[in-house]
Amino acid sequence: MSAATVAPARPAYPMLPRRFQVLSTHHDNHDTLTVQLEPCDGERLEFAAGQFTMLQVFGVGEVPISISGDPRGTGPLQHTIRDVGSVSHALATAAPGQVLGVRGPYGTGWDVVDGKGGDVVLVAGGIGLAPLRPALLEICVERADYERVALLYGARTPSDVLFADDLRSWAEEHRITVEIIVDRGEAGWTGRIGLVTQLIGKVAFGADRRLALVCGPEVMMRHSAVALVARGVDPSRVRLSMERNMKCGIGLCGHCQLRELFLCQDGPVLPFDRLEPLMSRAEL
Amino acid sequence: MDARILTTEGLQALLDILHSRGYRVLGPVVRDGAIGFGPVRAVAELPAGWGDEQDAGHYRLHRRDDALLFGYAASVQSAKPLFFPAQEVLWRVRHEDDGMHPVAAEPAEEDGPVAVLGVRSCDLAAIGIQDVVLAGRQYADAAYALRRADTFVVAVTCSHPGGTCFCASTGTGPRPGAGPGPAAAYDLAMTEVLDELGHRFVVEVASERGDAVLADLDPIAGAAVAGPDDLAAADGVAARAAEHMGRRLDTDGLKDLLYASAESPVWDDVATRCLACTNCTQVCPTCFCTDVRDVTDLTGGLVERERVWDSCFNAEYSYIHGGSVRASTRARYRQWLTHKLGSWEDQFGMSGCVGCGRCITWCPAAIDLTAEVAALRHDQGGHDGGRRDAP
Amino acid sequence: MTRLTIEQYLPHHPFFDGLDEEALALLARCATLVHFRAGTYLFAEGEPADAFFVLRTGRVALETRLGTGRQVLDTADADDVVGWSWLVPPYRWTFDARAVTETSAVAFDGACLRERCEADPALGYALLSRVVRVMSTRLHSARVRLLDLYGDRS
Repeated sequence: MSAATVAPARPAYPMLPRRFQVLSTHHDNHDTLTVQLEPCDGERLEFAAGQFTMLQVFGVGEVPISISGDPRGTGPLQHTIRDVGSVSHALATAAPGQVLGVRGPYGTGWDVVDGKGGDVVLVAGGIGLAPLRPALLEICVERADYERVALLYGARTPSDVLFADDLRSWAEEHRITVEIIVDRGEAGWTGRIGLVTQLIGKVAFGADRRLALVCGPEVMMRHSAVALVARGVDPSRVRLSMERNMKCGIGLCGHCQLRELFLCQDGPVLPFDRLEPLMSRAEL
Repeated sequence: MDARILTTEGLQALLDILHSRGYRVLGPVVRDGAIGFGPVRAVAELPAGWGDEQDAGHYRLHRRDDALLFGYAASVQSAKPLFFPAQEVLWRVRHEDDGMHPVAAEPAEEDGPVAVLGVRSCDLAAIGIQDVVLAGRQYADAAYALRRADTFVVAVTCSHPGGTCFCASTGTGPRPGAGPGPAAAYDLAMTEVLDELGHRFVVEVASERGDAVLADLDPIAGAAVAGPDDLAAADGVAARAAEHMGRRLDTDGLKDLLYASAESPVWDDVATRCLACTNCTQVCPTCFCTDVRDVTDLTGGLVERERVWDSCFNAEYSYIHGGSVRASTRARYRQWLTHKLGSWEDQFGMSGCVGCGRCITWCPAAIDLTAEVAALRHDQGGHDGGRRDAP
Repeated sequence: MTRLTIEQYLPHHPFFDGLDEEALALLARCATLVHFRAGTYLFAEGEPADAFFVLRTGRVALETRLGTGRQVLDTADADDVVGWSWLVPPYRWTFDARAVTETSAVAFDGACLRERCEADPALGYALLSRVVRVMSTRLHSARVRLLDLYGDRS
């Protein structure tokens, strides 16, 4: 499936990180920020939409983070991070000029090109929009090759909505139907309130060549996938980005296993027909 | 390359030649009431006349009434730590003007390359499996590959399998090189024969390196070509051993059985006994899970990343987002067994189990995976109506 | 717009899918077309719940008065259904409903509907099953939102 997956440039010693310097950090909301990195050796990190890197703060630790930047752009390497743990906090508070370690890119990508000639629905929950952003940017570059494209985005509150400028641009300049729905409103919010799965019942798409990309908390992905299948999307054409504990990102530490799948290599993007029996059991 | 015959003097000459070639020779030795790998210089240091009694949660050495050097079943630990150490520094930071530079740690040279004597067929098959898992996929453990290439392996056929052995069921012994999986490279394979014709070793040569060592040995202590009687005697040792396995594992359709048994009450039953102590994963010759640790000193001057053995039985192993995916012991035991005997096959093309029986011997709760598999088979299709367990 | 137009509209609405012409005609006799300017209230908490709204255009926010200010709990858009308190004694609204934007809807009279359902249990069952489906979706959404999946987690 992952024809577009990119392998890292230096497989010789895969546990040794490359040095990247922090260019800037932008606060998206109260606990989420986007970090821009530049390679110290000048060699750009090529990646496919949906892939992740192992981001390291020397002496603190290393975590897998999806790349949230433009796969075809020439700009810095971008990751969007939630400040919820010791490593992500260290990443969030890294100062411009600070050197971080980067390994990757790893994993399977969204392969959104499989949706060409048909409709594409992207369903994002919370920070799940970040790994989907590269797929949306890829669609925009070749917009005419796709039919109807819709982004259904669930956020906690209006203040938590990420990438507001991109959302506006996608809706106004790239003919993407952007529907935002929040768990709870705030003063002045006139938009939708509810669960993102409620939007799936209403989104318009045709009978052929539908592709659905889903990213967010596992509960939300599971319910969204079920709702998409109920709308007639083939389960093999509903792709989820799964998450598990990762210590190496290269299939050797064993932590990311979901039964026979190594999520760092067979995933993180996987089709729902493969995932459904594995997701329907607790603690697998 | 023809099979040869070595006497015990020849075996001593083998040790001497390996030492003279710069190898640090490790072999089975009795220590603290158990047989494990340690440095060996003389044949006298080998466990002559020692046997082991192994059963679920039980291990004792006993005196044999013969002088067999390898009359025991399986050592406490396999050869795995030789190639895949429990703790290893991956890289260290070097401080330069423009910040920290991670530099790969060189695999520890120690006292030169290692020669290991006494690798059982099960452990050899396990090395072959780890060669695929750690060095045969998209990303490899570079240090593992280097250690494997440098190590001289002398495998030994099992003559006296133990109470927890079942290599005949997994097709990984008792003869080294047996088994459907990829064969691990080794240099020499010996079968110890003690009969009316004397105490000798029938040695199969499996590498040019091994052949060269025997060529050096011949003028010193003799390495005559083995005759048909000797070969028949060696075959006999292996055949008898195959009939004296302590356990049996029915491997028919095992992966599908495990996949279909995710909700089996057998897991709940094991969970009442399993302590999640991780002994089994520590002694298993194929377990490969690791964790990483960042080590710093107070000044921040030393920063290094080391890799350590981990176990899927640890509660934090599957930790994400404020909790562990496999919080219960039930889920963790299910994961280990389903992986070892089931999903391993989908991942690597063979079973993860080599029938060494160590997980049974060293389990303080005496859990026997051959019995658990039998229970799963028995339970298959035996649910009464309605879900008993949480989905 | 006349009642005839309501009868033409109802068969195309997903809520009424599967009901025959006769049933729809019966229901249409309980219905009127309504419009709400942005900011006006469809109903208020505590008032008699005598209606059930099928939204045609616009957006309605379900709201409650906190000690300090107001909190929107849910929104409904075109093709959504608002209100089931007409089915539950004592038939009083449990929340406020405000038109966020200019909203048009088909309003069904609650008492009229209850009468029709009691007279024709088959119709009553058909209507009730559809209302239950809406409530189920709303309850599912509320429960999952309570998990606060996007919220603070260590």
